[in-house]
Amino acid sequence: MELTNYLYLSVVLFALGATTVLLRRNTIVVFMGIELMLNATNLALVTFARMHGDVTGQVLAFFVMVVAAAEVVVGLAIIVTIFRARRSASVDDVNLLKS
Amino acid sequence: MTTQTLSLAPWLVATPLIGAALLLLIGRRGDRWGHWLGVLASTATFVIGLVILLDMLGVDAEQRVATSSVGTWIDAGPLTVDLGFQLDPLSMTFVMLVTFVGTLIHVYSVAYMSHDHDRRRFFAYLNLFVAAMLLLVLADNYLLLFVGWEGVGLASYLLIGFWDHHLPNAVAGKKAFLMNRVGDMGLIVAMMLMLATFGALDFGTVLGSADAADQGLNTAIGLMLLLAACGKSAQLPLQAWLGDAMAGPTPVSALIHAATMVTAGVYLLVRSGPLLEAAPDAQLVIAIVGALTLLFGAVVGCAKDDIKKALAASTMSQIGYMMLAAGLGPIGYAFAIFHLVTHGFFKAGLFLGAGSVMHGMDDDVDMRRFGGLWRLLPVTWITMGFGWLAILGVPPFSGFWSKDKIIEAAFVGEGWRPWVFGTVALVGAGITAYYMSRLFFMTFAGRRRWSADGADGTVERHPHESPLLMTVPMVVLALGSVGLGWVLAAGDGFVHWLEPVTGHAEHDEPVLAVPVIIGLTLTLVVVGAALAWVQYATRAVPTTAPPAPALVRAARVDLHQDDVNETLVMRPGQYLTRSMVFADRTAVDAGWLGLAGGVGRLGSWLRGWQSGYARQYAAITLGGLGVIVLVIWLVATTAG
Repeated sequence: MELTNYLYLSVVLFALGATTVLLRRNTIVVFMGIELMLNATNLALVTFARMHGDVTGQVLAFFVMVVAAAEVVVGLAIIVTIFRARRSASVDDVNLLKS
Repeated sequence: MTTQTLSLAPWLVATPLIGAALLLLIGRRGDRWGHWLGVLASTATFVIGLVILLDMLGVDAEQRVATSSVGTWIDAGPLTVDLGFQLDPLSMTFVMLVTFVGTLIHVYSVAYMSHDHDRRRFFAYLNLFVAAMLLLVLADNYLLLFVGWEGVGLASYLLIGFWDHHLPNAVAGKKAFLMNRVGDMGLIVAMMLMLATFGALDFGTVLGSADAADQGLNTAIGLMLLLAACGKSAQLPLQAWLGDAMAGPTPVSALIHAATMVTAGVYLLVRSGPLLEAAPDAQLVIAIVGALTLLFGAVVGCAKDDIKKALAASTMSQIGYMMLAAGLGPIGYAFAIFHLVTHGFFKAGLFLGAGSVMHGMDDDVDMRRFGGLWRLLPVTWITMGFGWLAILGVPPFSGFWSKDKIIEAAFVGEGWRPWVFGTVALVGAGITAYYMSRLFFMTFAGRRRWSADGADGTVERHPHESPLLMTVPMVVLALGSVGLGWVLAAGDGFVHWLEPVTGHAEHDEPVLAVPVIIGLTLTLVVVGAALAWVQYATRAVPTTAPPAPALVRAARVDLHQDDVNETLVMRPGQYLTRSMVFADRTAVDAGWLGLAGGVGRLGSWLRGWQSGYARQYAAITLGGLGVIVLVIWLVATTAG
């Protein structure tokens, strides 16, 4: 099977994730979009590793998984805390970062 | 000379320096006896000088020039400067003049400054001055001389502004300091040129190899030395500070601004004689500067009513004589120094006399409020009288022996020079007689323009003779004014004494016969003195300056010397600095401030983009990613 197809799949998944992040207001859904982008990147990394016959890409994918796991823990905790404080899960309600 | 004597040389400088340091460090604890320590240090220096002098007199003329080095001061590759002292007839002449007159003035100051609560500090500065002056004349290289040169400048500054609680005195000190800096630059440039030309700064090397050097360079060095001498000796065009320097206490005017420091310029030129002889153009300029200053000081002296400023103008004029002599070459060197020594005595005596008059007249200096003082201040009258006769050049007083020789030397030569310089010197002698007689008669003769009870609108004064501590130094200096010239001139003794340094000068005949010159000089002197007698002793002297012709009005304000300096130097300088400040603000500062402002405005504009919406940030990030991808794609396609 042509390896390029995996890349196409990766691009599609990344685009879906990015669109989710940009268009949806619900924090949980935005979070899922980010996860989707991370996994799309992992797929691309593994594919490149296979293309070049080099394990570096696979090792990097493992790193991404570990970071993603940690990020899920911290990110969900933040989301829950914000929800408790503001009774809202909309990202647009959290705009205190502006100058 | 023996090595023991040579090893004494550094102590000439060290003794007064230790005195000054002790007096300054001991503080108020020494107020009661500090002035006697100052006198002791000065006297001890005189004794050391006398020992060296006696030893020098005991050896043959050829062996009288010696150097004694304490060690190496600066060792910088090709340049080595020794902490060396030059003992020869010229430096010893100065040592004796400075320490003898200096000690007398120290004694005088004990009484003169007795009511000043800063008397100890005054003596510290006087000792500092003696140390610096001796370093100046004893140094065996130009760099060490420069240290003394700056030292006397510092002492002069400190003493002119000694009563600095009165603003004009502080300003006068600053003026002297600044104008002297101009001259100092001349000396620094001269040293740089010497270093570049001769590779050394000691007198032996520089003066010994001047003959072989390029004449243009010698002229440049000579002119720079002249600039230095003009600053220190108050010669045109750097003469304006001397009149204001009279703001200092009178003993300072006598010691520093009449007898010793202001003659340092003449010393410098005579010391550099061999170099100047290799630069005839520089010599000519020196003689012209001397001749001009001679007339300038004499004209100013005729119109001054302030007794000290009249004496200051006279000092300027007499140093003009010395400079003229120094510019005449070997024939004039010995007479320049001779006149310097006799002038040191009679002018110091005149200044101390002026101080004594001020002491009795409540520190008044305006001669228009003096008059008829001879009966009340007999000692001052007689001692100043001797000084007056000496500066007039009346035989056999000391000024006759020295000034007349300069006039004769000015008449020696070929072409236009002897006629011009000789005439100027001759006319100067006549004007000198007029203004010094004016000063003398206005003070001591004529009707009293003061009274004991202040009646008839006159000022109330109670003149009294000064104490012995003041009159004894005046008497000693008066004796010098009477006899010193005759003693030193006997058998051309002083000229032969200086020959190891100044070289032997052939006696050329003046363009006029010597008796004719002497006759003309004495005639002019008598005419000048008689004019002053008629005008200021027989007629009533107005107590305020009367309306006068333009020249007199100009002379009253020093021939507009301050206006000239302000127009030519001060104001253009101020405009220059102001335009520099303006350029700095409008161009340099504005550029950098504009840059900073631009960065700030860019930041404010970018800050508007910070909405706080996470999705917008994500969109911008994605857009950035898109741009990066686009750029990579473009680069890849064009390169591929």
